Amino acid sequence: MEQRMKISSSPHIRDKESTGSIMRQVMVALLPAAFFGIYNFGMRALLITLLTIVCSIGWEAGYQKLLGRRITLRDGSAALTGLLLAMNLPPDVPFWLPVIGSFFAIIVVKQLFGGLGQNFMNPALGARCFLLISFTGHMTSFSYDAVTTATPLAELKTGGSVDVMSMALGTIPGTIGETCAVALILGGLFLMARGIIDYRIPISYLGTFAGLILLYALAAGRGLDVSFLLAHLFGGGLMLGAFFMATDYVTSPITPAGRIWFGILLGMLTFLFRVFGASAEGVSYAIIIGNLVVPLLERITIPKAFGKEA
Amino acid sequence: MNRTTERLYNGIVKENPTFVQMLGMCPTMAVTTSAVNGLGMGLTTTVILILSNMMISALRKVIPDKVRIPAYIVIVASFVTIIQFLLEGFVPSLYDSLGIYIPLIVVNCIILGRAESYASKNNVWLSMFDGIGMGLGFTIGLTSIGIFRELFGNGTVFNVRIMPEQYEPVTILILAPGAFFVLACLIAAQNKIRMQRAEKKGENSLVCERKDGCIGCTNTLCGGREFEGTQGKEVSK
Repeated sequence: MEQRMKISSSPHIRDKESTGSIMRQVMVALLPAAFFGIYNFGMRALLITLLTIVCSIGWEAGYQKLLGRRITLRDGSAALTGLLLAMNLPPDVPFWLPVIGSFFAIIVVKQLFGGLGQNFMNPALGARCFLLISFTGHMTSFSYDAVTTATPLAELKTGGSVDVMSMALGTIPGTIGETCAVALILGGLFLMARGIIDYRIPISYLGTFAGLILLYALAAGRGLDVSFLLAHLFGGGLMLGAFFMATDYVTSPITPAGRIWFGILLGMLTFLFRVFGASAEGVSYAIIIGNLVVPLLERITIPKAFGKEA
Repeated sequence: MNRTTERLYNGIVKENPTFVQMLGMCPTMAVTTSAVNGLGMGLTTTVILILSNMMISALRKVIPDKVRIPAYIVIVASFVTIIQFLLEGFVPSLYDSLGIYIPLIVVNCIILGRAESYASKNNVWLSMFDGIGMGLGFTIGLTSIGIFRELFGNGTVFNVRIMPEQYEPVTILILAPGAFFVLACLIAAQNKIRMQRAEKKGENSLVCERKDGCIGCTNTLCGGREFEGTQGKEVSK
């Protein structure tokens, strides 16, 4: 008898999305912020961005070629890592710095651990922290309109006053892609609407952080200080981190409850680093530390299988 | 190869404490921020290792088996105290830069490991050479890590500027993570050489020779996979 039923193992339902299409959509979502960064900081920001992307692709292809592996540039993950790393670099860094940074992101953090899907921390953030520790001077000197100034977060930390409106629009010193909060939120909403990222991580991250900042403002005798809260939300890399870095598929929990706990943890760490830490910014350290506990969060939040006793 | 040179070869190459046995990782990571510190720590440990190996070997028939570990610790601690005072008196700069890691030599597992696995079973002469071999192996390991960290993290080697003035030091290399990066790269490079050499001889470097597990096995090339695969089976070479 002719075999009527074909038997195959799961998955039986496939989505139209592929790794490549997801990576491309994330890149599209980042474009407004990237273009604003280039408009804000000029041609040098464009050159740094392109250089970082090209170097990331080059390292990935070179490493895979050297080891005789399949070259997986078409999935776009190396290009996205490059773009994300560039968004995290100040526009005035020397041109050799993105070369070293993308080497660390692609070779050390990603490929040495087994390539896409195997890295234990976000490659772009790992590289940013590496550069921040190694070349502190280059990574923390910001200039705006050719004048070296402190970032609004640093002003805030030393008790200065900041203009919340320009922080939302992004006409402030900072790294290439982090300044324009509006563009980053638009990109994040686009990704959520397309179902690329889960709303749980950004919402719980930003919610926890905002709640703690309000509590801190109350405890410090500032009262319900909304401009202080908004300055902290729009300042630094928080929006970029919450929508584009913390939601990285590889390094965030896969369980829904785990994602909420992950966001809460990141919010608490960012609050602690920003308010009590030595430097004004703490988003990148918070996220890479959060990345390290993701396997534990997944283990304690495994959902109950259908039909099992509680 | 006679037994004394075999001991030296064993300590420096075959069972190098840093690169093969991966013992004494605490001083390896902590004090190798410069080549001088690595060399100083290595030589200090070597002297203590030789002295304690000889003393323990000489007393091996006297020390009761049940209290041997405390007895070893007392012997090692005595030598460490003597060396610490000597360093403080004659090379105060090295004493200051090594700091807490000098008294911590007492609990360095290379010293206790050699006492337990070699000196307590062999005569004084061979134990001395075992100490020299292991100590030099440790010194070479620490100094080479120190050279790389100092070269890239500070642009100098033994405080002599090597890199051009424009070179921007990679500060992370003289911080704790840098020790892990450099150690990993050096071990990877050595494993590559070992594997090529074994292939040239026609040996399979991945053959597991131990049936009791990976602890104490010096084959760093298999990474534990071979034992998993050969467990319970008779392994033929």
